[in-house]
Amino acid sequence: MSDKAKMKIGIYWAASCGGCDVVTTHINEKILDLIEVADIVFWPCAMDFKYDDLRQMADGEMDVCLFNGAIRNSDHEELAELIRKKSKVLIAFGSCACFGGIPGLSNVTTAEESIRRAYLEEPTTLNPEKVLPRLEVRAPEGDLTLPRIWDTVHTLKQVVDVDYFVPGCPPTAELTGSAVDAIISGKLPPAGSVIAGNKALCDECDKVKKNEMRMIEFKAPWETEIDPEQCLMEQGIVCSGPATRSGCGAQCTKVNMPCRGCFGPPDGVEDQGAALLGAIASVVSPPAGKSIDDVFSGLRDPLGLFYRFSLADSMLRRTKISK
Amino acid sequence: MSEFEPKIVAFLCNWCSYAAADSAGTSRKAYPANIRVIRVMCSGRVEPDFILKAFKEGADGVLICGCHPGDCHYLEGNYKTERRAALLHTLLDQFGIEPERFRLEWISASEGERFVTVMAEMVEKIKSIGPMRLELKAVN
Repeated sequence: MSDKAKMKIGIYWAASCGGCDVVTTHINEKILDLIEVADIVFWPCAMDFKYDDLRQMADGEMDVCLFNGAIRNSDHEELAELIRKKSKVLIAFGSCACFGGIPGLSNVTTAEESIRRAYLEEPTTLNPEKVLPRLEVRAPEGDLTLPRIWDTVHTLKQVVDVDYFVPGCPPTAELTGSAVDAIISGKLPPAGSVIAGNKALCDECDKVKKNEMRMIEFKAPWETEIDPEQCLMEQGIVCSGPATRSGCGAQCTKVNMPCRGCFGPPDGVEDQGAALLGAIASVVSPPAGKSIDDVFSGLRDPLGLFYRFSLADSMLRRTKISK
Repeated sequence: MSEFEPKIVAFLCNWCSYAAADSAGTSRKAYPANIRVIRVMCSGRVEPDFILKAFKEGADGVLICGCHPGDCHYLEGNYKTERRAALLHTLLDQFGIEPERFRLEWISASEGERFVTVMAEMVEKIKSIGPMRLELKAVN
C-alpha cells in the first residue's frame, strides 16, 4: 500500500451468478503481474469491502472497475452510478453487464410474476406460510429494507456510460488476460470498444458445410449422432454462431455443442435474435410432404433460443406488458 | 376523441408490389393514407430486425409485399421471406405483439386492385386491434 504509483482496481457484481468473479482468478500467474502494479480496492465478492469504502473514495479515484452482472433492482442502479463516479474506466464484464445475459430473460415477465413463481410456485420451494419478501420490515433493532426489484432487467450501458465491453458467459481467461494486459500497459483500445473478435463465430469455427446449408428438421444435440466435421446447423442443431461475435475460440462448437450466443451480436448487428432468426429461417428447407410450419413447430421457445443472452439489449428489450 | 389512425409501414419489392402500387396510382384508385411505403429491391432484403425496429419506432402494423412464389426477380428471395415471416409470427406472439400486426402478401405488378384491397384490409384490421403501446421506458 506504500507505493503511491500503484493503480487502483475494483471488481463489482450486480445481477450475476459469480462466474465472472471466478474467471478473474483463472488468469493464473498473470494475477501476480496485476498485483505488482495494482491494488484491488473494491471486490465485495472476494474480500470484505463495504459500500462506505466506496463512498469515501474521491471521484475518479479507481483507475478501472470491472463490473459484472445486469441491473435489475434499485441497489444495482445505485451502485452502478456510484462506481461510475468513482472510476476512470468502467468495463462491462461478462454477458450480463453487456447484454443482460440470462437474468435478462426475465424480461418476458414482470417482477411480481417472478417473485410469485420463485417463492410460491417452484416445485422445489417449501413455503407453507407463503412468506414473500417485503421492501421494509420493522425489527426490534430497527427498520430493515430491501432493494426494489424491477419489471425490466437492464444492461449496464442502459444505466450509466460504459467505456469497454468484455463479453462472454463468463469471458474467457484469454480475453480477461488481454484486458488486464491492456490495463497494465495503458494501451487501451478506443472508448466503446468490445474486447473480443469483430466477425461472426462461424469465422472461427472449423466445421465444414457439406450439403449447401439446408435444415430439414430441428434436433437437440442429444437427439442425434453428431458428425464432428460438419456444420451443426446442417445437422439440424440450432447454433447461434451466425449471429454471435467471435473471440472465444469456438470453444463450444469444438466439442460439438452448438454456440449459445454468449458473446452477443457482432459489429453492425443491433438485434442478435432477429439476426439469428433470419439466418436460421433462410436455410430451412421442408422435406416433401411437410410445410414450413411443420418444420418450425420443432423449435421450442424461439424467443428464449434466439435471445438467450441478449433480450435486455435487443430492439424491443422486453415483452409487452398488458395492463 | 378522434378516431385512431394507425401508422402502417409497408415494405414493397421493387419488381412486383411497388409496381402494383404504381399501377394503383396511375389508374387513380384510392387507398387509406395510413400506409408508409418503403421500397426495397426484394422482399428478401427485409431483415427481421427491420420489422422489430418499425414496431419499436411506433408502427402499429407492418406489411411485407413481394412477388408471387416462382416470380421473384432474384429467383428465391421471396421464399426466404416466407420462411422468416412464418418464424417471426411466432416470435412476435412471444413478445406479446398480436401476430395480425404483421402481414406478408404476394402482389404482382398487374394487381393494382389487389394492392388497394390489401392495404384497406390491413388498416381496418389494425384499427380493430387498436394502437400498439409498447412499454420501452428505460427506467422502471
